Amino acid sequence: MAANISVRVLAFARVRELLGCAEWTLQLPPGATVADAWEALAERAEPLRALASSTRLAQNGRIVDGGAPLHDGDEVALLPPVGGG
Amino acid sequence: MVEITESALDLATLIAAVAGNDAGAVVTFQGVVRERSDDDRPVLGLSYEAYPAMALPEMRNICREAEAAFPGIRIALAHRVGELALGEASVAIAVAAPHRRSAFDACAYVIDELKKRVPIWKEERYVGGDVAWRENPAGENMPQRA
Repeated sequence: MAANISVRVLAFARVRELLGCAEWTLQLPPGATVADAWEALAERAEPLRALASSTRLAQNGRIVDGGAPLHDGDEVALLPPVGGG
Repeated sequence: MVEITESALDLATLIAAVAGNDAGAVVTFQGVVRERSDDDRPVLGLSYEAYPAMALPEMRNICREAEAAFPGIRIALAHRVGELALGEASVAIAVAAPHRRSAFDACAYVIDELKKRVPIWKEERYVGGDVAWRENPAGENMPQRA
């Protein structure tokens, strides 16, 4: 059986507050997708699900769909609607 | 010059970064912390946070787009993060151009696109102690796929 992959997750603004943590590491099975990472987080913090439609997901600094496959060492960022300027 | 900083923004530094004898116009813009929120609540201050690993490349992309659309211009763009008090600048832009129209238009493009696309977030702190994350107008506040 292949070893799990390790993914670093960054959360910002209201998503960070909801999760109670800005950054942590997820262990996921090989073949896991960005959507699987989101699901793993939502299981820890159910209220996250209410933000699913408004949260963009980035993988290594690029916006991706949930189906994007993850690799060991990837950085996944959870981006709520922006408010800069 | 493109930067995200916890320090107070200095417009003179941005102007110096774009200065040159080929410029016939320098347009500057600052976004500053206002005492009333959009829904008219009294504001004590703002707090900004950024994802610099994405925000800086996106800020550079926006500047490159403006430079391609308005030949001969130079742009300096800085965004502040951390705690800001009333009257402090959250974002500063300087654009040097051969003529004023392209300087005005490029400056407007840069701030409009920054507000839509760059992963930076704003929390308002109100008189009385409440806080709230405030998003830019709906439909114009989502980072897009590159």
